Amino acid sequence: MAKIKSLDELRRIKTSASDLTAARSSNAVKVIVGMGTCGIAAGAREVMDAVLKEIEKRGLKDVSVQTTGCIGMCQEEPLLDVIYPNKGRITYGRVTPEDVPRIVSEHVVNGRIVEDLVIARVDD
Amino acid sequence: MYRAHVLVCGGTGCTSSGSHGVMDGLKSELKKQNLDDEVLVVQTGCHGMCEMGPIVVVYPEGTFYCRVSKDDVPELVEEHLLKGRTVDRLLYTGEGDVHVPHYSEIPFYSKQERVALGNCGYIDADKIEEYIARDGYEALGKVLTSMTPEDVVEEMKTSGLRGRGGGGFPTGLKWSFCAKSPGPKKYVICNADEGDPGAFMDRSILEGDPHSIIEGMMIGAYAMGADEGYIYCRAEYPLAIKRLKRAIDQAEEYGLLGENVLGTDFSFSLHVKEGAGAFVCGEETALMGSIEGRRGMPRPRPPFPAVSGLWGKPTNINNVETWANVPSIIRRGGAWFASMGTEKSKGTKVFALTGKVKHTGLVEVPMGITLREIIFDIGGGILGDKKFKAVQIGGPSGGCLTEEHLDLPVSYEDLAKAGAIMGSGGMVVMDEDNCMVDVAKFFLEFTQRESCGKCVPCREGTKQMLLLLKKICDGEGTMEDLAQLEELAHMVKDMSLCGLGQTAPNPVLTTLRYFRHEYEAHIKDRSCPAGACQALIRYRIDQDKCKKCGLCAKNCPVNCIDGDRKTQFVIDEDACVRCGTCYDKCPFDAILKL
Repeated sequence: MAKIKSLDELRRIKTSASDLTAARSSNAVKVIVGMGTCGIAAGAREVMDAVLKEIEKRGLKDVSVQTTGCIGMCQEEPLLDVIYPNKGRITYGRVTPEDVPRIVSEHVVNGRIVEDLVIARVDD
Repeated sequence: MYRAHVLVCGGTGCTSSGSHGVMDGLKSELKKQNLDDEVLVVQTGCHGMCEMGPIVVVYPEGTFYCRVSKDDVPELVEEHLLKGRTVDRLLYTGEGDVHVPHYSEIPFYSKQERVALGNCGYIDADKIEEYIARDGYEALGKVLTSMTPEDVVEEMKTSGLRGRGGGGFPTGLKWSFCAKSPGPKKYVICNADEGDPGAFMDRSILEGDPHSIIEGMMIGAYAMGADEGYIYCRAEYPLAIKRLKRAIDQAEEYGLLGENVLGTDFSFSLHVKEGAGAFVCGEETALMGSIEGRRGMPRPRPPFPAVSGLWGKPTNINNVETWANVPSIIRRGGAWFASMGTEKSKGTKVFALTGKVKHTGLVEVPMGITLREIIFDIGGGILGDKKFKAVQIGGPSGGCLTEEHLDLPVSYEDLAKAGAIMGSGGMVVMDEDNCMVDVAKFFLEFTQRESCGKCVPCREGTKQMLLLLKKICDGEGTMEDLAQLEELAHMVKDMSLCGLGQTAPNPVLTTLRYFRHEYEAHIKDRSCPAGACQALIRYRIDQDKCKKCGLCAKNCPVNCIDGDRKTQFVIDEDACVRCGTCYDKCPFDAILKL
């Protein structure tokens, strides 16, 4: 590996290294994919793959991806929730891998809710 | 991108309870479930709660799982990592059988303040990048680019940090002595010769966050004008040595250690010296002698190491925990550190909590916290809900404190006033079953064995003290012996050459101060009130309770229990070796301990 020759270089390495531990600190935005049996049967696995791919492609930091079990709305699976700090929890239903880039770019990055896919909201 | 990180404790405690198996199991199970691209398994250093190990923490949720075995892994992966459901049965169970999923809510952690242990259990000690991601080497960059050596010493003085190895000498002041010493060649040394029975805080820092030691030493070297350093670590710490060496290699590869660090004029080289595990080598002059290749024996001071240390050059020695605090102090400011603790004892201190306490392990608490909070709130109280009797603080050089001291704030001054010392932070809790004469004997046996033999008071004095203690424990002591023991203790304390001898009588002196009645019971009544000294206890069978099952006779190793199932069983007290087997085996509590 290249030697670090200045404090600025050290800080650059820190920025790129922060990915390594980012998942362990409190993240600004949470994306939660429903991975109950119903979710998986409806294609949640593919949605999850798409979410991870999209976040990696955009190099997003401060986003955490979690899974959750069945919450009872099985007919609307795959479910995907986005929790923006202080802006409540938005649930998207019947999400397909094709919807994911739009949800990530609009909601996760810019904080704009993708209204046509929303099926529920819970305020803080 | 890894959406989840599974942190598995790789400290010595969890390793011995099987964390490697858990780690391997996780990796293969994740592969099987096709999750190995999105879930990262990380081996970390010690979390401190060793008694509940192996510990596994899953992020981003921060779910804290205890006592995870290899067999739990498939369920953990399927439930938590695939389906997002917490596995309740592996969570910490708090009061009222309530599951506690998060670190911060477990009583063991809620009163802790982790500075020296800040990265332990959070980062992979084998990856320098993870240390850098957590602001690692930022403090070094700060001192090299924007502070003069004098500024650094001043900042350390402001912090109020005092030596964590036992002496409690103000670190900033110590650095200023070495900084003022003239000479082109100076050394800094990290004392990692941790040897107190029951103490393992330094080992955990070395294993869990080795880069913090390297960075701390480099900051000290810059402040004092040194260009070379040694870490003196006992060879019984193989994992610590392995991780330290790897950390040094990585820092060298990145150019953070070596010539012209970060493009400045500062150069530093660092070596690990493995010690053979002599307790006396924790004494600084003996330690330096050992590095030089001589037998580890203390020499009189002055000259102090700051004037004439390793190979006659000005040298500064600090202990592991002291060095580990340095990067945080520089990064966050001395005033921040000084805002924690009491007037004269600043910051936090790591304690190794062991003995008869429910949650043994490592705890880092702000100075000034009471012993009661440490033992009962963090440690969860006494094992088996027995009665608290005493706590030995500061290892074999420390002293035993009693119930009346439970509300004592933990600080250098308060502990010294009560007759104990902060020491390196060993804390051994004792309950009503511990005999205090026996405890004093145990610690003195240790120091007596570890005495290097150079000075007479320590070599001969501790030996004679030990013989007197053995005599008392055997029920053959006299009141004259007790007086002589006390006189010898003061003599050894006042006249020994180094800290080992000067502090060795402490356990005897404090137990004499607070538990004199127990000594007197051994002598006058020929009895051990706690029922621990073998020579002074008798076993007898309570014929009313005895159901004549014969288990005692069957298990007696010397066949001294006679009788049959029709009449009665009797112990031949002359032949009895007082091993206590019958007492443990009897299902009806019919064996009496007298």
